[in-house]
Amino acid sequence: MSKQLALVIDLNVCVGCHACVTSCKEWNTSGLAGFLSDDNPYGRDPTGTFFNRVQTFEVGEFPNTETVHFPKSCLHCEDPPCVPVCPTGASYKRAEDGIVLVDYDKCIGCKYCSWACPYGARELDEHQKVMKKCTLCVDRITDASLPERDRKPACVLACPTSARLFGDVHDPASEVSVAIRESGGYQLMPEWGTNPANHYLPRRKTRKHIHEDELVRHDNPLKIDGQLPKPAPSDPSLDDVTSW
Amino acid sequence: MRPAWSVVIFTTIAGAGQGLFLMLVLGDAVFGLPGDLLFAGAMVALALTGVGLVSSTFHLGHPERGWRAAAMWRTSWLSREVIVLPAFMASVFFWAAGLWLDWADGVMAVLVALGVATALLLYLCTAMIYACLPFLQEWRTPLTVFNYFAIGLTTGTFVAALLSAILYPPIGVIFAMGALVIGSFAYLGRLASLARNARLRPKSSLASATGVKHPRIVQIAQGSMGGSFNTREFFHGRPREVVRGFRLAMLVLLLPVPALLLLAGGSSVAVLALALASHYSGALAERWYFFAEARHPQNLYYQAIA
Ligand code: SF4
Ligand code: SF4
Repeated sequence: MSKQLALVIDLNVCVGCHACVTSCKEWNTSGLAGFLSDDNPYGRDPTGTFFNRVQTFEVGEFPNTETVHFPKSCLHCEDPPCVPVCPTGASYKRAEDGIVLVDYDKCIGCKYCSWACPYGARELDEHQKVMKKCTLCVDRITDASLPERDRKPACVLACPTSARLFGDVHDPASEVSVAIRESGGYQLMPEWGTNPANHYLPRRKTRKHIHEDELVRHDNPLKIDGQLPKPAPSDPSLDDVTSW
Repeated sequence: MRPAWSVVIFTTIAGAGQGLFLMLVLGDAVFGLPGDLLFAGAMVALALTGVGLVSSTFHLGHPERGWRAAAMWRTSWLSREVIVLPAFMASVFFWAAGLWLDWADGVMAVLVALGVATALLLYLCTAMIYACLPFLQEWRTPLTVFNYFAIGLTTGTFVAALLSAILYPPIGVIFAMGALVIGSFAYLGRLASLARNARLRPKSSLASATGVKHPRIVQIAQGSMGGSFNTREFFHGRPREVVRGFRLAMLVLLLPVPALLLLAGGSSVAVLALALASHYSGALAERWYFFAEARHPQNLYYQAIA
């Protein structure tokens, strides 16, 4: 089976720190393909082109609410609706690794592909007037001059909680495939048959049981060790000479 | 979706050019129209599609690379449109040249056949650009194709009526009546799609968009402090009253006003010009509303800025 590179994003672990967003922007705005333009970055209405955004949702009704941080980028669909509609062939899906890419030199900026993506993963660069989207850092993961451990998308390397996994979802033994299989990985908007390669791992309830003996250990968080009865100087001690 | 005026004008005005050509050919086949009316009509049809073509390039970020858009005709309706539009214009151009230079009947018949085929194909391509997107549920219906065809044909018939009222009055009345009949079908088709779309239920929800299976999910932040391409391109950004106003304008101006004008005022040049102006304003409003009424599922991800 052919290769299909993808990200797996663990919503149970993501803390919404936006490190992947800044790292993505930094890598991809400095690359061969030119900058990702911004307007008014420090002004009243900042706007710009990003490959990756972290969104935040509140689930449930107060006080029983949960905050879900939700990183979103191109999902590198296995049946990408954005590719066949492109009139120029600028949008394409690489046969060798399944990455969906845009050839900026061919793109005429008609925006049709962005209409055909149900996820809003494509953004037109307002200055270069071409369509931009996540490339899975294609220039980085294929760069043989980098050490093996650095050949990963910038967002994956930046994530402080390791909420982002990267690998071949067609290889059943890969880290991403195991995570999808064993942690209930799912696809977004399955109703449109796009078959996204990127998967998300669901939020899980984490429960901690504190046992009686943990409360009196020296590292217990309530610091009640101090209240333990202190033996009187007259009490018997281990060596009959010193007190505690 | 955000209606782009370049596309609104292109689809309505090129549709009118195609309709005008089709009606001229039909009128000629049935009644035998004079050569100068046909020639003038061909020139107007060329002008209309030409204006449409120029207008459509304003939608592109890189019009100078526009030629590349012919590449993917195997998969893309947009690419097919980019091929069929010049083919239609070429057919009409050579047909007009044939009228001018008195070419043989056989050649003219082939040109007419080519023109009719490309005109019909062009309606199909333009409409399928929108109707082929599965998750824009408002567009995903054969009614979209019918509306593009019927409304374009109606506008073309109004133009044909005005033109013949100037050059060859006896046929003007017939075209005017034809415009009302075809316009009624177009109007019914639009009413049908309005009724259909009013009852649509979006297939996607925040639950399917995020995979969190909970009935109450609210977006707190969309990942940008200002807007982004996603907040600009996929929502009309107008208050509800404006959108309703466009719908009302479409429902009133598209057919009822022109019909009243024609039935009350006859088919003089002035009345026909007024009727055409009203109908075309209605057609513009219809196209604007067509885009505005489509709700893109990506908007689920772009509901709150914080
Ligand atoms: S997420 Fe959107 S842009 Fe990316 S492959 Fe899928 S449809 Fe195309
Ligand atoms: S905007 Fe560019 S990549 Fe997208 S469909 Fe148009 S030409 Fe293709």
